[in-house]
Amino acid sequence: MEVCGSSNVSLREFGCEQSLLSRPDGSSSFVQGDTSVMAGVYGPAEVKVSKEIYDRAILEVLIQPKVGLPSVRERSQEQCVRETCEASLLLSLHPRSSLTLILQVLHDDGSLLSCCLNAACMALMDAGLPMSCLFCGVTCAITAEGEIITDPTAAQEKESRALMTFAIDSAERRVMMSSTKGSFSVHELQQCIAVSQKASEKIFQFYRDSVKRRYSKTH
Amino acid sequence: MLPSCFLCVTLISIRVRNINGADLTVTRTCRMFSRLKQRVEDVLLPGDEFSFETDDTISLTEAVKPEKAVCGPGLRRSGDRLVVCKSGVLRHKPPNVFWIDSQQRRYVPAKGETVIGIVTAKSGDVFKVDVGGSEQASLSYLAFEGATKRNRPNVQVGDLVFAQFIIANKDMEPELSCIDSSGRANGMGVFGAGGLLFRVSLGLVRRLLSPHNEVRSDLETLFPCELVVGMNGRLWVRSSSIQQTLIIANLLQSCETMTAQQRKELFRRVQQGAL
Repeated sequence: MEVCGSSNVSLREFGCEQSLLSRPDGSSSFVQGDTSVMAGVYGPAEVKVSKEIYDRAILEVLIQPKVGLPSVRERSQEQCVRETCEASLLLSLHPRSSLTLILQVLHDDGSLLSCCLNAACMALMDAGLPMSCLFCGVTCAITAEGEIITDPTAAQEKESRALMTFAIDSAERRVMMSSTKGSFSVHELQQCIAVSQKASEKIFQFYRDSVKRRYSKTH
Repeated sequence: MLPSCFLCVTLISIRVRNINGADLTVTRTCRMFSRLKQRVEDVLLPGDEFSFETDDTISLTEAVKPEKAVCGPGLRRSGDRLVVCKSGVLRHKPPNVFWIDSQQRRYVPAKGETVIGIVTAKSGDVFKVDVGGSEQASLSYLAFEGATKRNRPNVQVGDLVFAQFIIANKDMEPELSCIDSSGRANGMGVFGAGGLLFRVSLGLVRRLLSPHNEVRSDLETLFPCELVVGMNGRLWVRSSSIQQTLIIANLLQSCETMTAQQRKELFRRVQQGAL
């Protein structure tokens, strides 16, 4: 399991593991502090004729919460993850196929959506699906005093005035997806985006190191 | 064994006329080729790119040959850049072939590859065969050696076939054939009585099929057995007893995650009869 410590942008300790499940074509587990998500990818696989798209693959995302059945909140998170994945995968290389991404929440201690995005990216890489760029998720919280915290815990999220999650791409560090909650000014939004872009560098470097380690083991 | 689906990338060459009207062929010395060579055996991630940047100085006196780079799976051309689209190790085969060696479990059909398929349905004049891809492949009943309209091949649902792709691209349904272009079977066809079929990763299959590989030579020192290797990640083994068949199947499945040292150790223990 690859582990990385926190830095001056103060991300919690994170770690990941790839290819841990034997049935899916790609799988990964991503841990940020105490938040932990496991992802499995199946594809490109057969698709029902009613659901197939003639010129690209169809991507389905399922998020299973730790307790209970998926509800509306999981549906909105699924939409965020799906749009991010569709923007970075080369879906036109597998027309009339289906890709299924299943995310299981093992523990939620804040920054859940960004942990889901990171686990999804590692699982898609593990499955060998063609991608045009990588993506990562970063969550920022703005406290009542106006301070910006990256990668907040559940307690910090509860006390915050605003909560934002951004998906950043690896090619030009642009924002691919944003999901925000609470009240904040335009200036604060721009500051959060800048902080997230800086934090994404650490995460991409971590992706690179963990993939390097994986390929150096098996030769 | 090199995977299929390679594309050719030609580096640019331009013609210049000097004041006398004679032609001088000048080639832009592209650093991309040397940059690719520098990063051979590096682990690359999707999004890494190699651009066709040119040098500022063009040499007019030396004649430079245009260089062609053949790019394989994992590398895509987008405009004037070469972009990596799968994570893996960049491999190079001299003089000019580059590809990304990635570990994958899911098979995507490619023309010319030989695979092990399972017959799932007989509909009219074609058999539907499951090859592990995103759709089932079709196998015509005339594509067997010595098959005619009157003399149908003896293929039942559930049989294993070793066949080759004659059509396999993303836009059409894949088609298989059990004869090569000259009409001979060449080892292909229905098989499978008494053996065991199991799945491994695509990387292990490519290693088994590459010439002079150690896994096969180590396996030859153990019991005599029949082994059919399908490039869709399926292996079929048959040996003289059920126990030996199971031992070989387990050994091959565990080869994926072991280093060469551990594998030799394990094979030696089996040979001595410890397992």
